Amino acid sequence: MARVAILNYIKRPSPVHELTGTAKLVFFLAWSVASMVTFDTRVLICMLLIGAVIFKISQIKIRDISVVLGLAAVFLLLNNFFIYLFTPEYGVEVYESRNVLFPIVGRYTVTAQQLFYHLNITLKVICVVPIALLFIACTDPSEFASSLARIGVSYRAGYAVSLALRYIPDVQREYRNISQAQQARGIDLSGKDKLFTRLKNSVAILLPLIMSSINRIEVVSNAMELRGFGKEKKRTWYMQRKLQKNDWLAIGFALAVLVIGLGVTFSNGSRYYNPFMEAL
Amino acid sequence: MKKLSVKSVVAIGIGAALFFVLGKVAIPSPVPNTNISLQYAVEAVFATLFGPIAGILIGFIGHTLIDATSYGPWWSWIIASAFVGLVIGLATMKLNVEDGIDSKKLIHFNVAQVIAHVLAWGVVAPVLDILIYAEPIEKLFAQGLMAAVANIITTGVVGTLLLLGYAKTVVKKGSLEKED
Repeated sequence: MARVAILNYIKRPSPVHELTGTAKLVFFLAWSVASMVTFDTRVLICMLLIGAVIFKISQIKIRDISVVLGLAAVFLLLNNFFIYLFTPEYGVEVYESRNVLFPIVGRYTVTAQQLFYHLNITLKVICVVPIALLFIACTDPSEFASSLARIGVSYRAGYAVSLALRYIPDVQREYRNISQAQQARGIDLSGKDKLFTRLKNSVAILLPLIMSSINRIEVVSNAMELRGFGKEKKRTWYMQRKLQKNDWLAIGFALAVLVIGLGVTFSNGSRYYNPFMEAL
Repeated sequence: MKKLSVKSVVAIGIGAALFFVLGKVAIPSPVPNTNISLQYAVEAVFATLFGPIAGILIGFIGHTLIDATSYGPWWSWIIASAFVGLVIGLATMKLNVEDGIDSKKLIHFNVAQVIAHVLAWGVVAPVLDILIYAEPIEKLFAQGLMAAVANIITTGVVGTLLLLGYAKTVVKKGSLEKED
């Protein structure tokens, strides 16, 4: 397995980094909800612009995340392509009008409504991308569990998340070791074999991986039990910080965007903004 | 909610890490957002071994981490992943794989996983996609069908083999014999 490009915490001095994890988590959740509900082009463009500004402030550079952006672009392109392939007239249905720009072939024509629908669905995804990436790139993983606990998630679940973050590199290393050892013994996963053989071969890697993981679970849970994990209703966090003025401002801002965004979206009685109907 | 035991907390953490790592080495399939992915086999095995709550959280945390480190979370599919863990975990609660495994238990496991995947990718994911992203139904069901078939095959083949392998390593009750 080649080294996978995974987005990581990137430590830089910036106002976004200084915010507590809790503020960033609330911001991210509010942003996700807003982008999920609304289909209003104006709201989505505003969110995208605000996201871009925050990205600028955060000192994270485009090249830090270029791989991730590439993946997102491929995903979006494919998604749009398949929507068009299956339902070239979907925009017409949604916006209840039909302006043909030019025909391609058979039932595939390009309509203004379809293009507008594609624009909206694309905006919906990309207006969350900067915020999601910043959330990962600017939040110290050690602080994450305490942030979850702060917004009311049970600390056991929060601790599970931080264990996951802690053990991803270990599991990855182990996967690589096992897979190389098995390849040295002649097990091929490269795609030259048939699918079924490939699946069977993958068991040769997965079984040792799962066995060692179950072992690890035993060791770690014994260690935690010995230290009295889960005895009390609450726990304290080494990395927890008090919310400062800026944190409250960020939380307030995110909630304001959420409320105003939804207000504007539903002001015309539906989640779609329909320029075609207003023109009539 | 019932309190999670220490062991389940750790199983969720490490299970989610496994889910994440395997999700990143997925073999892409021709329909977007779907992969021939091994992580569901592991999720199914962990849900069988550690129960439904572990299943839900492994799917939810693992899938959220995968999405958040690639292109923002796609919540409908994240919830479907969690749902798979829930159904398999619930359906296999009384299976007790630790006491050894036979063909009846394997059939039980496979029926559970087929139901879980059909419901998750055929119903939960497309319905949420319609609610959240208002995508066209035809495309969603093609995607859902593709994902369900791919995941049923991987979980069926890989998951079954993993359970068999696991059961072989567990020392069974009464396996010691008195020497003459």
